[in-house]
Amino acid sequence: MINSGFGNTARKDLWWGRPLVVFLGLGSFIVYATWAAFQGQHYFLGNYLSPFYSPEIFGGSPHSWFGDKPLWWPLVLPFSPALLILWAPGGMRFTCYYYRGAYYKSFWADPPACGVGEPRKTYWGENSFPLILQNVHRYFLYLAILFVFLLAYDAWKAMWFTDAATGKEIFGLGIGTFVLAINATLLGCYTFSCHSFRHLIGGIKDRLSQAPVRKKLYDCASCLNRKHMNFAWFSLFWVMFSDVYVRLCSMGIWTDWRIF
Amino acid sequence: MKVTFQIWRSDSNGGQLKDYQTEITEGMVVLDAVHQIQAEHANDLAVRWNCKAGKCGSCSAEINGRPRLMCMTRMDQVPVDKPVTIHPMKAFPIIKDLVTDVSVNYRVKKRIKKFKPRKPDAADGTWRMAQSDIDRVQEFRKCIECFLCQDVCHVLREHDLHEKFAGPRHMVYTAALEMHPLDVEDRTEDLKKQEGIGFCNITKCCTTVCPEKITITDNAIIPLKERVADRFYDPLFRFFRLFTKKN
Repeated sequence: MINSGFGNTARKDLWWGRPLVVFLGLGSFIVYATWAAFQGQHYFLGNYLSPFYSPEIFGGSPHSWFGDKPLWWPLVLPFSPALLILWAPGGMRFTCYYYRGAYYKSFWADPPACGVGEPRKTYWGENSFPLILQNVHRYFLYLAILFVFLLAYDAWKAMWFTDAATGKEIFGLGIGTFVLAINATLLGCYTFSCHSFRHLIGGIKDRLSQAPVRKKLYDCASCLNRKHMNFAWFSLFWVMFSDVYVRLCSMGIWTDWRIF
Repeated sequence: MKVTFQIWRSDSNGGQLKDYQTEITEGMVVLDAVHQIQAEHANDLAVRWNCKAGKCGSCSAEINGRPRLMCMTRMDQVPVDKPVTIHPMKAFPIIKDLVTDVSVNYRVKKRIKKFKPRKPDAADGTWRMAQSDIDRVQEFRKCIECFLCQDVCHVLREHDLHEKFAGPRHMVYTAALEMHPLDVEDRTEDLKKQEGIGFCNITKCCTTVCPEKITITDNAIIPLKERVADRFYDPLFRFFRLFTKKN
């Protein structure tokens, strides 16, 4: 009935395999996202905008809402449009119920795996500072919902190409259009499968039958919620791939094939 | 086929694993093997069991380190090329061999506020409920109180916080009451302070071991955590609550 010591277990299966895969997957994403966020270039190609840089509130591309780098930006800090916005989706994932359970195991060994001994004897959980702050999750959800619509708009914009001959915008589909559309879809599925969303949309009520619309929405959110872990991983991978795609096309390494 | 089992035997120094060999035949479960060992080699081996059908929750143990019901673990699911280890549940004090004292769970359960229905809907003292509303809590009522979820929960297992954290079984019990369409009792404050829901860090081990496949974390603990967040951690929600009534 006491702490049995780090890694102590009678389990005979590869209990360390899953936490290791999560550690490598999340770790790779964090390293790449940090690197990409500080680049500040090769984040757009015509009507395509990397999701790491969307919305571009300030920046040097035609996608920028309010023009170039703001004057109030401290000179000592490197500037990149991604630094202004990435905290919001990052916060959503950091405080997400699924990721919390995953990184508590993989990064903090609390526990390393089910039925496996821990390295620390003390434990506070999410009952006190700092992890009690994880309760802010629903506020990041509100921001993430906004981002879903912004990224859906990016996917819509990715269907309108400037005609080189006339200078007018014409409808078209490139591989990048699909990349950004899939990205918005997966992020939408991840966001709307969120446990907080499920609670706020209907889980909060005990007699949902009295609110048929909320009941339907709750059932949809519950249906998505059953695959929340899958959406978390697929959307994480795809948002990274979307940035890679736009970046490599922008650098001329990859070619964006137009279907029409 | 002869299979070697290493079974925890308690003694005055605490206890140790002891080797036994027994013949395994098709269709046997781990509890059958333990009973066979009891009959052949160790008449004094203590093991708690009752229904042999996965419904009484008595024969909980740790088979090769994984909390499981012995009566529901078929021998063909267990690798037998190496000795099969059987430990008692680690989260509870050992009474003898594979039998543990799970009475702490009954004490914790008594602390949870009981079912309190609203006033009857009809003059004859009866209530009306929509099936869709009761469906949500029906899942929680499948619990057989095997306490495997309590055993695997690292808050109880590794940190022995039974008095501060009620554990997954009691979160499920609270959820069944709190989300019941007839219930009007308020347990939110107790969830935070007395049941210590904040200690749960959502590793989902409880869900993994539940023999009744109750989605403990996603359907019971997290929704309760959200209700606690509504009450204690969300200033916007507290503001809106001033204008809305509890459903």
